[in-house]
Amino acid sequence: MEFPEDLKYSKEHEWVLVEGDVATIGITDYAQEQLGDIVFVELPAVGDKAGKDEAFSVVESVKAVSDVYAPVSGKVLEVNDDLPDSPEMLNEDPYGDGWMVKIEMSDKTDLDDLMTSAEYEEFVAQEKE
Amino acid sequence: MAVKRTPLHDAHAALGARFVEFGGWEMPVQYSGIIDEHTAVRTRAGLFDVSHMGEIEIAGPAAFDTCQQLTVNDVARLHDGEAQYSLLCLPNGGVVDDIMVHRLAVDRYLFCVNASNADGDFGWMHEHRGNAAVINRSNDFALLALQGPRATAILARLTTLPLDRIAPFGFAEGEITGQHALVAHTGYTGEDGWEIYCAPDRVRIVWDRLLEVGAKDGLVPCGLGARDTLRLERCLPLYGHELTTETTPLEAGLGWVVRLNKGEFIGGDALREQKRRGLARKLVGFELTEAGIPRQGYPIVDDGNVIGCVTSGTKSPTLGKAIGLGYVPAASANVGTKLAIEIRGRRVAAVTVQLPFYRRS
Repeated sequence: MEFPEDLKYSKEHEWVLVEGDVATIGITDYAQEQLGDIVFVELPAVGDKAGKDEAFSVVESVKAVSDVYAPVSGKVLEVNDDLPDSPEMLNEDPYGDGWMVKIEMSDKTDLDDLMTSAEYEEFVAQEKE
Repeated sequence: MAVKRTPLHDAHAALGARFVEFGGWEMPVQYSGIIDEHTAVRTRAGLFDVSHMGEIEIAGPAAFDTCQQLTVNDVARLHDGEAQYSLLCLPNGGVVDDIMVHRLAVDRYLFCVNASNADGDFGWMHEHRGNAAVINRSNDFALLALQGPRATAILARLTTLPLDRIAPFGFAEGEITGQHALVAHTGYTGEDGWEIYCAPDRVRIVWDRLLEVGAKDGLVPCGLGARDTLRLERCLPLYGHELTTETTPLEAGLGWVVRLNKGEFIGGDALREQKRRGLARKLVGFELTEAGIPRQGYPIVDDGNVIGCVTSGTKSPTLGKAIGLGYVPAASANVGTKLAIEIRGRRVAAVTVQLPFYRRS
């Protein structure tokens, strides 16, 4: 299982790549493995407001429906338009082609609540027990 | 109440299974992945541990009469070594459970029942036992389902039973890899296959050997996730979804199971009356024609009004479409009716289709 070091992680198993004021967000390798085969993704619209810890997207595996929570507040700048047609990218490449949205952050202190790669790896190890 | 485990729990864990609680049991929901496992059963073979299912025997000189009272199908059609799909109903026609009835002998019948209903079924059957004995034999059996186009070839390597002479819904007792088993030509996937009842302390040997000799055919272990998508494509009902005490077999499209003319049985009067008056609502199958996946409990909408409720839904791995089942008024039940499914407050277009969604060629 991968935990790229350049990313930050939420307790809800989202990852965040920070570039200036823009946060690129997706679900982690652990999250996609737990969900199983992902067959449907519902994304927000560009321009939508995202609130920290609020659901901004839905992913569905064969069996279950799961909300994806925004790890930061802000405005949706861009969404991955390829995902609705190829939701399996969330399983195959969660940190790459499976990215979900880019959010222009309204409050960068939101990032303080996120975990580093090492912290998240530890968090996942505990959750597995 | 403690969650129960089947005798194969360790075997599943060693195979990397993910577990889920179902009907009071901790069961494998998937190993490699639901779509992989589903495809294996449609194209090669899959092996399921369904030891959570309950087994109840009705025995004694009055066994036949008690079975006729308790079940809606006609037990008189069964000979030794034959099984039939049937239902236990309430006096008002609501469904207590859907079951398989195996005639072991003229005075012995073995019912295979759903895990979540096993205790309730036993109580119901005991209450209506008449002069027969009702014996809960759930602890005597583990149950495997070997399903898929390669299932017979795989099983034949481990048994001298003449599988080619056991017709669909037939069964026989014999040995599999040296272990005594009851082998039934039945299943819940829409593919050809076998269900293997054997002693809980012997099932590990049978499970391991089947996976070993089936590997070259592409046999894989399969969990309840694939079992659900497989049965849904073939429109086999699932208790708690399509079947409940609030639905009758006629509404569920199971009229072919109910032998209204066989004589008296529990629920018979109510079902005859319902048939005479006509059905107010029916189970239908539908496909979404816009993006989304229907799930149990989502409202079904026609012309702006909520007219029913989804009982099961998924993205069909075989067809690549979002499919579902649900109850609607008879007037909206014709094939080709345009409906909508309400998904998270949004109305997604759907159309009713011919059932089943999938039938093996």
